[in-house]
Amino acid sequence: MEQKNRELAAAKEQWEENLKEKVLPRFPERKERFLTHSEIPVETVYTPLDIESTDYLEDLGMPGEYPYTRGVQPTMYRGRTWTMRQYAGFGTAEETNRRFKYLLDRGQMGLSVAFDLPTQIGYDSDHPLAFGEVGKVGVAIDSLRDMETLFEGIPLDKVSTSMTINSPAAVLLAMYIAVGEKQGVSPEQLSGTIQNDILKEYIARGTYIYPPEPSMRLITDTFEYCSTNLPNWNSISISGYHIREAGSTAVQEMAFTIANGIAYVEAAIKAGLNIDEFAPRLSFFFNAHLNFFEEVAKFRAARRIWARIMKERFGAKNPKSLMLRFHTQTAGCTLTAQQPDVNIIRVAYQALSAVLGGTQSLHTNSRDEALALPSEDSVLIALRTQQVVAYETGVTDTVDPLGGSYFIEDLTNRVEKAAMEYINRIEAMGGAVRAIEEGFQQMEIQDSAYKYQLEIESGERVVIGVNKFQIEEKPPQNLLRVDPVLEENQRQKLNQLKQERDHQAVSGSLARLKEAARGSGNMVPPILDAVRVYATLGEICDVLRDVFGEYQQKAIF
Amino acid sequence: MTNPVRILVAKPGLDGHDRGAKVIAQGFRNAGMEVIYTGLRQTPEQIVQTAIQEDVQVIALSCLSGAHSYLFPKVMELLKNEGIDDIIVLGGGVIPEEDIKDLKDAGIREVFTSGTPIKAMLDFINENTGTTGGVS
Repeated sequence: MEQKNRELAAAKEQWEENLKEKVLPRFPERKERFLTHSEIPVETVYTPLDIESTDYLEDLGMPGEYPYTRGVQPTMYRGRTWTMRQYAGFGTAEETNRRFKYLLDRGQMGLSVAFDLPTQIGYDSDHPLAFGEVGKVGVAIDSLRDMETLFEGIPLDKVSTSMTINSPAAVLLAMYIAVGEKQGVSPEQLSGTIQNDILKEYIARGTYIYPPEPSMRLITDTFEYCSTNLPNWNSISISGYHIREAGSTAVQEMAFTIANGIAYVEAAIKAGLNIDEFAPRLSFFFNAHLNFFEEVAKFRAARRIWARIMKERFGAKNPKSLMLRFHTQTAGCTLTAQQPDVNIIRVAYQALSAVLGGTQSLHTNSRDEALALPSEDSVLIALRTQQVVAYETGVTDTVDPLGGSYFIEDLTNRVEKAAMEYINRIEAMGGAVRAIEEGFQQMEIQDSAYKYQLEIESGERVVIGVNKFQIEEKPPQNLLRVDPVLEENQRQKLNQLKQERDHQAVSGSLARLKEAARGSGNMVPPILDAVRVYATLGEICDVLRDVFGEYQQKAIF
Repeated sequence: MTNPVRILVAKPGLDGHDRGAKVIAQGFRNAGMEVIYTGLRQTPEQIVQTAIQEDVQVIALSCLSGAHSYLFPKVMELLKNEGIDDIIVLGGGVIPEEDIKDLKDAGIREVFTSGTPIKAMLDFINENTGTTGGVS
């Protein structure tokens, strides 16, 4: 082996010399330096010399085996493909229920609920801050009654549901459990995910309510509740997606997400939970951006890093605790308002990178999302895009098909190394929560976002239709519009509910919740009791606001 | 020498998408403007009060949640109630073409949608505030 590598090194040296002296003077390369989005240098060619230090069994392993670099299951998509799960929700529960059924009828395999901003921030639709926002970026849910409508005719034991909900995650989970009860489906039969990831809300997404400490308690309470009552439920989806959308690089996305993951594990251990009881239900959520190979490398490196941290640092024993399972969404921030049909092609390549990276579920964006919420036709093309990858391209026929590529393995190593540097830096600052309070991640992201914008404006970074190959265009047609009357309807329904429900039961349940919040017991059971008697989301969140206070963001740029 | 333009970059409503707002805030600052950024979740009332306190010439509103048709005109209405008509108010975000006319009718001077370079906004502001200096 060593002899072979010496021969190779000599051959490569000669080749490089030839390149420098004879080839490049006549055929110069397009750029002086080639870099990934994270500014990792990309060489002209890669050879076995670049992965000399990689030990196959130690660094890659077999699929489904530690450190899971090649994938979390032994057969990956040869067994079954990823779950096709389109994020959807707008207007009222009736509207969204129709969109869910449309998607399920066309081969979607799992649901993913988009809630409107008032719901995500714990305000009812009649709150002054909700005006203009009800039903806009997702469905408005004020109470269990809306949730019953949302899943009307959809048996919860047959479908898995992901809910993008963070600060009020316990409340929406409770509503989902209560809908299950009404359908005769027990909690242990429910499968799905709550996002429940507050740290990235402080960093990048903005739908926080409470300060970090009580927020972390709500999260560890849901970990505990889920591990005893909902064995098939992912109690968190630790999300890099929004960090990337806010402008981070691939390395920052992954590093900040893993650092947040470490913070959740530590909080749960501190709350007295056993690692191998909650860790198997931790899941992740990443972005699939444009720099194709770096994205694949990012997914592979993330699995390896997480497995090692869980094993070496936290001493997890259950193999499921070591596996980084993740959902992927294609990068919304790469969609252009100009020549929107070109977005279909961007999404297809991004989807392919997620699949080659071994994703467990996937959302493909619609072509018109830089303009409005997606229309039905656009959503169908997006779903069909992942169906083409799954059923027509053959990339699903072997596990980790890019594994062993000199370039991919080298890039995986480099992404891992750069991410570990960030993770160690955050640790040295006292962990993710402290670093967030100091604005560290936010400033790093901001710098990357600004740089990216300047690269577009200078033309160094090409965006088709924006700074290259522009054409005269007619304004786009057939965009989805949320009828403003839906907002008024939603407030009327809420008003009606407030008149019809058992007032004593509601106020009693809220008083008991307040007591629980002041104490140290698990808050999920009293939230579930309040939800069952139709206390509203806003009422429940207000009780917790009273006890916990509200988080104030430092406006830095 | 002209005084630098004072500009308030504001996020009305509940929308948390602040990448665009922060990028333009930084771009304006690097071009020599005095930039105040509100942070997230500002009510139209808070935005107008800040604009008055900070004595700005320009307010740049950013909204990607689709609530612009409610929030932007609300800011204009409150400014009018305060007797202010000399602050230039700009809008940006995910804003469908067909909404732009109504926003302009409500007094929003210009709407910049996805893909607009920082330079285009700077040029617009400099032309409309009568300043030529400050742009790097």
